Amino acid sequence: MRTLKKVGIVGYGAYVPRPRVPADTIAATWGVAGNGALPVRQKSVPALDEDTITMSIEAARNALERADIPARKIRAVWVGTESKPYAVKPCATIVAEAIGATPAVSAADIEFACKAGSEAMQTAVAFVGSGMAEYALAIGMDAAQSKPGDTLEYTAAAGGAAYIFGPAEDSLALVEASHSHVTDTPDFFRRQHMHYPEHGHRFTGLPAYLAHTQGAAQALMDEIDAQPADFDWAVFHQPNPKFPRRIARSLGFTDEQIAPGLVVDAIGNTYAGSSLLGLAAVLDVAKTGDRIFFCSYGSGAGSDAFSLVVNGRLAAARRTAPLVSDYVDRAYVLDDYGRYLRLSRKIRLL
Amino acid sequence: MRNVGVVGIGQCPVAEHWDRSLRDIATEAVTAALHDAGDPAPGALYVGNMLAGQLTGQENVATAVADAAGLLPIEAIKIEAACAAGGAAIRAAYLAVAAGAHDCVLAVGVEKMTDHLNDAVSAALATAADADFEAGHGVSFVALNALLMRRYMHDHGVSREAFAPFSVNAHRNAACNPQAMFRAEISVDDYMSSPVVADPISILDSAAICDGAAALVLCALDDDHLYPHTPIRIAGSACATDTLGLSERRDPMHWQAVADSADAAYRQAGVGPSDIDAFELHDAFTIVSALSLEACGFAAPGDGVRMAADGSIRREGDVPIATMGGLKGRGHPIGASGVYQAVEAIQQLRGTAGEAQIPGARTVMTQSVGGSGSVAVTHIFQG
Repeated sequence: MRTLKKVGIVGYGAYVPRPRVPADTIAATWGVAGNGALPVRQKSVPALDEDTITMSIEAARNALERADIPARKIRAVWVGTESKPYAVKPCATIVAEAIGATPAVSAADIEFACKAGSEAMQTAVAFVGSGMAEYALAIGMDAAQSKPGDTLEYTAAAGGAAYIFGPAEDSLALVEASHSHVTDTPDFFRRQHMHYPEHGHRFTGLPAYLAHTQGAAQALMDEIDAQPADFDWAVFHQPNPKFPRRIARSLGFTDEQIAPGLVVDAIGNTYAGSSLLGLAAVLDVAKTGDRIFFCSYGSGAGSDAFSLVVNGRLAAARRTAPLVSDYVDRAYVLDDYGRYLRLSRKIRLL
Repeated sequence: MRNVGVVGIGQCPVAEHWDRSLRDIATEAVTAALHDAGDPAPGALYVGNMLAGQLTGQENVATAVADAAGLLPIEAIKIEAACAAGGAAIRAAYLAVAAGAHDCVLAVGVEKMTDHLNDAVSAALATAADADFEAGHGVSFVALNALLMRRYMHDHGVSREAFAPFSVNAHRNAACNPQAMFRAEISVDDYMSSPVVADPISILDSAAICDGAAALVLCALDDDHLYPHTPIRIAGSACATDTLGLSERRDPMHWQAVADSADAAYRQAGVGPSDIDAFELHDAFTIVSALSLEACGFAAPGDGVRMAADGSIRREGDVPIATMGGLKGRGHPIGASGVYQAVEAIQQLRGTAGEAQIPGARTVMTQSVGGSGSVAVTHIFQG
C-alpha cells in the first residue's frame, strides 16, 4: 500500500521503565529448574507510579523533541495497547492533553493485541498521506499482563515507542510502502472479566506468528519488488528471542540485519510496544540512505510490514532524546518476586 | 479360528493438525489402507479412540468415521481401552475375522488432541487412571509415571541419565520416518537439560500431545489371493488386564498385564523373546520402555536400562525398539498409537521401512499399554 502524498517519520521516541525482573527470580518462585532454557534474561516492569498512559506520554514527548514541531500541529493521537488503565475512557485523550495537542485533534485507543501499535502507525500514515492532517502521532505501548506461573510471565514486559508521521520532505525516514496481513486466528486472547490473557501454547507459533509475519513480509517485498538483501536492517515482533530469528532466517534476512533491533532478551516482550521499540533501536544506529524492513505481529491475528528509507535529518535529530539503549541500560534489578507482585498490582485484598 | 493377516496399511503424518478434524484424518488413514489393500469392501470397522468424547465432543465415533469415509452401512464400533485403544481395535478386528464373522475388516486408530490447551488434555488423559483413588486426588498421568521412575531409580541405584538412551534411540529412528512428528536427533545433553514436567520426568522422557490416525486392513488368510500384497500373518494376539490403580498392585514395578499379554501372544505364535526381531513397545515415557522390556522377558528387573545403555535397543541391536520413532519420536496420538505400531511392523516385515529397516526382520511384536500398565494388548506379526 502506498499513500497519495509521500509520508515520513518526522519524530520517534522510546520509553522503557527502569525495574527489571530476572527470569531466574520468576523460575525460582515457581520451582522451575531453568537449565539455561528460560526464554529471556530479564523483563522490564513499570514502577509503582507508571502505567501505559504515563509511559506513552514519555515516549510521545521524546518523539516531539525529535520532530521539533509544535504539539498543536498534531491532528491525531492513537495509542495502540492491550493494557488500558481504563476499560472505558481513552488513554489517547490523556496523552494528547499532556503533550499539548488538544483540542483540535482526533484521538482513540487501538486494540489488536501486539499489532495495536503498528495498526496505529498504518492509520497515522493514511491520515497524513491523504492530506487530512499535517502530523499524526502513533504509539505502541504496553504494561503487559501475564498469569503468575504461566510461561508468558517470564517475558510479559513494559515499554514501547511513539512515532510522529508528517510530510516526507521534513522526515527522518520515508515510508516507502506498507502491507497488512490479517486472518481470524485465535492464538491469544483475553475475554471480559478475565484478569490475564489465555494463549494457545504451540499454536501461537507456526499458524500464528510465523504464518502472518511471513504473509505480510513476503507480500510487501513482492509489492515493492525487493529482496531481503536490499535492506540494511530488519525488525520483527519479538515475543521471545527465538521467533524473530526464526522468521528472519526463513525469509532470507541475516542475523546481522536483525541484531540492532533485537531488544527482547534485555527487556522482554513489550507487546504492542515490542516491534516499535525494535524499530526505534534501529533508527538509533541507522545511517542516511539505509533501508529498513519492519514487520509487526499481533495475535488474533495479523502483521503490518513497512519499508522505510532513512533521510539526512535523522543523525542530528536522534541526539535530542534518549536512545533505546539509554533506557535499556537505565535499569535496576528487582530480584524479589513479592515486590514484583506489588509493583505489577497482582496482590489483591479480598 | 481362521488364520488372519494384514493386507493393507495407511497412516497420516503424526503432527499438530490444527486445521483438520478427527473425521478428516481418520478418513485419510482409512482411504490409504483400503487403497493399499486393492480397495476391497470391508465388512466391519473397529475404531480405536480414547478421547473424542472429552476433547472433540463426539461419541459415536465409529459411525462418524464410517460416514466420513463413505463406508455406510458398515458395522462400525468404537473400541476404548485408554492408551491401548489402538491395539484393542486391532484385536477386535482380528477376532471378527478369525471367528469367521467377516472376511475383511478395517481397524483404525484415531486421536485428535491439539484443539485444547494442555491442562484440559492432561485432565482428559487422567481418566485412564483410577477415578476414585488416583485421578480424583489430582494425580496426573505424568505424575504416576514419575512415581514409577523415581522408584525404579531407587530400587536399581540408577540416575535419570540411565533413561536417556531410550529417548535418544527413539528420536534417531524417528528421523528416518517421514510420518514421524519429531524428525530430529537429540543428544544425551539435550535429554539431561530438557525442562522437568514432573520430577524426575522431563519433556524428553515424554511422548508429546499430537494428532494422528492409522489404519489396517485385515483378512482371512484363505482369501489372500484377493489382495495385491502378500499378507503379513498375525501370529499372536492377546489382551490382559491388571488392577486399575497402581496402589492396588503387590509390586507396582512388575507390569503383570504386560507380562500376561506378551506370554499369551508368545504361546499362540509359538515363539519367545529371543525370536522377536523388533519390538514396538509403548514408550509413552522412558520408564515404560524399561518396565515393558522387563515384563516381556527381554531383561531381568533392573536390566531394562542396561539394554538401553549397551545399545541392544538400537536398530543394530538384539532387540530393536521404537524402530520408526516409537511413541516418543513418531508421536503418541493416544488411541491411534497401537495402530501406528502395527503399520510400522508391517513396513518392517514388507521390507519397506526405508532407512529404519531392520534387515531380515521376520517376527515383529507390538504392544499397546493403557493406564499405568492396567491393560495391555500384544500382537506378533510374521512375514
